[in-house]
Amino acid sequence: MLIRRPPDIRSSEITEERLYWNRREFIGAVAGAALVPLTTRDLRLTTRDDDKLTPYKDVTSYNNFYEFGTGKDEPAVYARDFRTRPWKVEVVGEVMKPATYEFDDLVKGFTLQERVYRHRCVEAWSMVIPWLGFPLADLVKRLQPTSRARYIEFTTLDDPGQMPGQQSEMLPWPYVEGLRLDEAMNPLALMVTGLYGKPLPNQNGAPLRLVVPWKYGFKGGKSIVRIRLTSAMPATTWNIVAPNEYGFYANVNPDVDHPRWSQARERRVGELLKRKTLPFNGYADQVAGLYTGMDLRTNF
Amino acid sequence: MSRESRVIRALKIVIWCGAACPVAWMVWAGFTDHLGADPVREVQGVTGLAALTLLLITLAVTPLRRLSGVNSLIRLRRLLGLWGFAYVVLHATIYFVLDQSLSLPLIWEDTLKHPRIFVGMGAFLLLIPLAATSTTASIRRLGGQRWAAVHRLAYLATALGVLHYLWVVKWDVTNPAIYALVFVGLMLPRLSLGQPAPKRREPAKPSILQSNNPILP
Repeated sequence: MLIRRPPDIRSSEITEERLYWNRREFIGAVAGAALVPLTTRDLRLTTRDDDKLTPYKDVTSYNNFYEFGTGKDEPAVYARDFRTRPWKVEVVGEVMKPATYEFDDLVKGFTLQERVYRHRCVEAWSMVIPWLGFPLADLVKRLQPTSRARYIEFTTLDDPGQMPGQQSEMLPWPYVEGLRLDEAMNPLALMVTGLYGKPLPNQNGAPLRLVVPWKYGFKGGKSIVRIRLTSAMPATTWNIVAPNEYGFYANVNPDVDHPRWSQARERRVGELLKRKTLPFNGYADQVAGLYTGMDLRTNF
Repeated sequence: MSRESRVIRALKIVIWCGAACPVAWMVWAGFTDHLGADPVREVQGVTGLAALTLLLITLAVTPLRRLSGVNSLIRLRRLLGLWGFAYVVLHATIYFVLDQSLSLPLIWEDTLKHPRIFVGMGAFLLLIPLAATSTTASIRRLGGQRWAAVHRLAYLATALGVLHYLWVVKWDVTNPAIYALVFVGLMLPRLSLGQPAPKRREPAKPSILQSNNPILP
């Protein structure tokens, strides 16, 4: 099946649909207006085409990091004393020289860049976050994969003593995520060590996490201790526990719903009404080519 | 006023206070920025849970009345049910307005496509006729038997509500499972209640207004 690439028309040029949505949003806004006086938050009634940064406070207090509890506010509380130094990252599998690196040695030599990415959770909410990091592609090149390497796997720390969420068998720990190697080599895939110009807060996956902006957030493994290159597709955590709900690819796709909820729209944190979800989270131009010829309904 | 009436009146005050707590908390939390980064999601969680909890308490009235023998407990049932319905309406309104921007095509599609929305919508729609016929005048107009038959829809609506909750959670089903167990626990005595019914046909037609006979639901 051909991938339906979005036409190269700016959304601002598509007038009629926008008018339609604006009308809807206006009706919703009038009805929703009654709710606004009930909150002191800077809530916006209508959605806009812009991608205003999500406030630091929200980025660091509304987290899915089940190792520290399933509540959105729990990671910020229970990760407070999490030790991120010393930190070792093991590199194994299809690489020329398997080794264990001190975190500081591993990231040394990479120039940190700020990348403002949309972040879309599989639960249909989203944020806009200024990450600090370096391209995963640069790291992969330095690790020198063998010719057999086709996939890359990321493993999160397994330490129930520090991670209270791991004391329950809710998910099979440790958390494992992975990418196809060509996805990993895409310049958008980012190894992240900070946000908002500061070192990565513990609740956001310190000291090292992955961010893949065209995929649902759960693809971005946090507090990574092991990187494995492999010839076979790695078994990834959410795909193991609910294969019909969470695929290996997990590309943001408004046309393929989660079995229990729609993925067509999302709520940008800080806004009252939902906005449309964009194919590949708005990064189709840069990444759709990775999936040419693939049926994205079966490879969800 | 008899002692029993005074107790019922006190219980009604307790119900008003208790049932108003979630909405009071949401207003307080809204003003003090305690609703988190996604206030809509938080409010949907609170209203949904409040609705389901109140519906289950409503279903507990009849078994409690039988166990305790205090028949006037029945006078609390409408109050509990209507408070539950109020939270259902709030929950549904937020979904219609903030999630679906009041777009009928969007709502229609979401309802048909997702079982979770389908059962939630079903529960909401089923409860409307119950709320509409909750007045004493309606009981008179319909007659106790017919009224009771209509109001057995509460079982189905609550069951759908529990299912809706079960399908909302991403993975950890502990809390919905507790609600499901409570629901089953409240329904079990009703299944066995069906049998002694013939004995009670002898006296004149029971009226829900004055009869001591427990009439379901």
